[in-house]
Amino acid sequence: MMLTRFLFEKIDRAGWVFLVLLGIAAVLVPVLNLAVPPGSMFHVSNTAVGLWGKYMTYALLAIAVDLVWGYCGILSLGHGAFFALGGYAMGMYLMLQIGPRGVYAHPTLPDFMVFLNWQELPVAWWGFSFFPYAMVMVALVPGLLAFVFGWFAFRSRVTGVYLSIITQALTYALMLAFFRNDMGFGGNNGLTDFKDILGFNIQSQTTRAVLFSLSVLALMAGYLVARAIVTSKAGKIIIAIRDAEPRTRFLGYRVENFKLFVWTVSAVMAGIAGALYVPQVGIINPSEFSPANSIEAIVWVAVGGRGTLVGAALGAGLVNFAKSWFTGAFPQGWLFALGGLFIFVTLFLPKGILGTFTDWWRSRQRKPEPPAATSASQPAA
Amino acid sequence: MNASTRYGPGIISGRLRPRPYHSALRGERIGYVGALSSCLFAALVSFFLILAGPARAQDNAALVQRFATESFNDIVGAVNGLATSGSPRAAPVIEALRDGRLVYRASDRAVFIRRPDNSFVNALTGDPAADIGTTRPVRLNNNVRRAIDAAVGALSLLHPDPARRISAAEAVFKSRDGTALAALEAAIGQERDARIKTLMEEARAAVVVANPQASEADRIAAIGIIQRRGDQDALAMLGSLPATTPPLVREAAESAAVGIRRTLAVWEAGQNVWHGISLGSVLLLAAIGLAITFGVMGVINMAHGEMVMIGAYTTFVVQQVIRTFAPGLMDASLFIALPMAFLVAGAIGVAIERLIIRHLYGRALETLLATWGVSLVLQQAVRSWFGPTNREVTTPSWMSGSIEIGHLAITANRLAIIVFAAIVFAALLVFLKRTPFGLQTRAVTQNRRMAGAMGIRTNWVDAFTFGLGSGIAGLAGVALSQIDNVSPNLGQAYIIDSFMVVVFGGVGNLWGTLVAAMTLGIANKLLEPYAGAVLGKILLLVFIILFIQKRPRGLFALKGRAVE
Repeated sequence: MMLTRFLFEKIDRAGWVFLVLLGIAAVLVPVLNLAVPPGSMFHVSNTAVGLWGKYMTYALLAIAVDLVWGYCGILSLGHGAFFALGGYAMGMYLMLQIGPRGVYAHPTLPDFMVFLNWQELPVAWWGFSFFPYAMVMVALVPGLLAFVFGWFAFRSRVTGVYLSIITQALTYALMLAFFRNDMGFGGNNGLTDFKDILGFNIQSQTTRAVLFSLSVLALMAGYLVARAIVTSKAGKIIIAIRDAEPRTRFLGYRVENFKLFVWTVSAVMAGIAGALYVPQVGIINPSEFSPANSIEAIVWVAVGGRGTLVGAALGAGLVNFAKSWFTGAFPQGWLFALGGLFIFVTLFLPKGILGTFTDWWRSRQRKPEPPAATSASQPAA
Repeated sequence: MNASTRYGPGIISGRLRPRPYHSALRGERIGYVGALSSCLFAALVSFFLILAGPARAQDNAALVQRFATESFNDIVGAVNGLATSGSPRAAPVIEALRDGRLVYRASDRAVFIRRPDNSFVNALTGDPAADIGTTRPVRLNNNVRRAIDAAVGALSLLHPDPARRISAAEAVFKSRDGTALAALEAAIGQERDARIKTLMEEARAAVVVANPQASEADRIAAIGIIQRRGDQDALAMLGSLPATTPPLVREAAESAAVGIRRTLAVWEAGQNVWHGISLGSVLLLAAIGLAITFGVMGVINMAHGEMVMIGAYTTFVVQQVIRTFAPGLMDASLFIALPMAFLVAGAIGVAIERLIIRHLYGRALETLLATWGVSLVLQQAVRSWFGPTNREVTTPSWMSGSIEIGHLAITANRLAIIVFAAIVFAALLVFLKRTPFGLQTRAVTQNRRMAGAMGIRTNWVDAFTFGLGSGIAGLAGVALSQIDNVSPNLGQAYIIDSFMVVVFGGVGNLWGTLVAAMTLGIANKLLEPYAGAVLGKILLLVFIILFIQKRPRGLFALKGRAVE
């Protein structure tokens, strides 16, 4: 009842298109991959399923970034850290599923621990062979880190560039930490060589197709949650914080609490994205924490359109598609293109593709009659 | 290094158990006597050296004649005697013996050296000797060889080349070879160089400490000398006393070792602080330009690290040009590279400001993204142009080498960078405090709109500040090219540390940057020995993240009345 009301009242046209397309993809892609023979022109190749699945998780990360940046004005240069932490939680579960099938055939310890001559599982790994526990950790670890970090940062009113820089410091510190062997997370090799997930072979095409569908569903759920937040009353305050933080505070709102809420939700979302990413690419290593990755996620959002949610997902897809194409066609050119994209979007396309398109669409529609209420999803710029 | 070092351990272990050979006992007796009457002996040797020629010649004749024997023990005695005699013929005769080229005529016990061309010279005089009749070679066995090695070591103690004397003294210190004692005494008596003399006295002390026959008082006194030396070798020496050492000596050695460890710890802390200052000045150079632009414009220039990299590549290009056209100027290359790097990086900085940043005025976060894009483009441009591998940058001769102050090793290139950072800092301070442009810059930093209202052209100030900041980054690149790899990733390695310096120090004034850079540099190096390099860095990052919570505007925040 509430859900249907929500769906029909709060989802805009772009959102509907987005959700419907995703729903179709979630069903159609696995079917076309598994049921249609490889020779057919409708067949979706295995590589494509893996690649698109990866894009879906990136899109979820982009929605998480858009939630804090596009709606709350917090430019996080460290969202990759939450993504990677979620990924590590999933990786640890997958690692323990290998069991005695590792190179050293140790019944409980993963290969790298045997290699380091460890005798027993470190405390941090306890319980990760139990899937529900691992899934709780996927959300809890990034969420908790974000909560603690945000608790301190927002209460002390660390804002703007300072906040961006310390989020970068956060992910950089985590990267250095995870590179250390004695952290117990596989050092610079990270976690890889996974065998199965919940008893299903992780290499099999059926599992991969299911993972793809799950990623799409997670993306849809992430979109709905984010949309619910930004269209709620709290969402209006969050947008007010983005546009004039001191003024919102003077109006009597506890700015730090609203920020902390959005920030933590966004981190959890990023963690879930990471958890879905790892089984599909088959590896997680500390370079996922590198500050450059987090900044790349920012550009997805900027390209698609910050403060649009759908645009963020679109941007993630487009930029990564371009990346795949460029690294294949002109490996030298990708950094030029990415750098140029950063400059171009910030200078000429501040609202991103979707924002610019929506503006254009509205201005066409508006001609006959004066504008009605503006959508809350548009940044005041 | 002479071979006495190599045989050292054998001699030490040999000293622990009775030796079956008479010769060895005799060698020890010499050492023992020498130890007890060291002063007398030294005086005696000097006396020998001062004695007039004929007496010396007679004496030499007797010494050399002792080689004309079939008895190994006598040959050992002859080697030891000749080595400590101070005779100029000692070195050629002993070397000839070592190489099996020493022969003697049984009839009159005359000794000759066979030269490589099979002609002979008189061992005593060095004159060519024709038709020497039947000779026999002087025989060698392991005892003789050992004596020769010790003797060669002893002879190096008297070598005219100071470096040889130093290494010989060090070798004796390490081997604690009792047979070298007599030669050591002789050398100490002769030595004019106070530093080498100290080394030799320390070597003598080491021998005495390790000598079980020396009196306890002597050994304890010697331990005092070794403690004064106070380095790792001294510590190793004191730690490796034989088990038979009397308790009193052992106690003295242990307390001396404790003392040495304490002094060494202080020196090591000093060395770490020095490394920290060195790292701090690198951070200062890299961050100070960033701090200025951040202060004036409120934007973080993510391409700042690439300006540093461009400075380093400018150095490389300048050196390539110099190598091709004027190789003689290589030592001055850095002085040519400095203004070039400043201009190149500064020009790129002004271009970035004019083309990009100016259009993003008031949108600090977007500026951050755009400059990140610039940094990617610059990195890739340099990578395509110069290749992804490291480029070789020559260090001028005046920047290589190191000096030692106590146990502190100070390398010239680090020293040069510290001095350079100090100069840049001072120049910038003067520039900002004493010039009209500096005044305008500070005005814009404090209150942009008011400054604009007073007629300051704020966008000009922006452009110049950005150019200045980038130019200083270029200078930092010249300095970094001397201590780090010149690669397209050079900037990335320093950029995050530079950010930390800026947010830690605050943007209020340059002193904040200085304090922040030095604090982070020194803290980093002091943490390193305990936590390891990586963990130390993580701890510092965590510290800064926490610190920012306490002071969200850094250490030296600009005071103002703006509502946040």
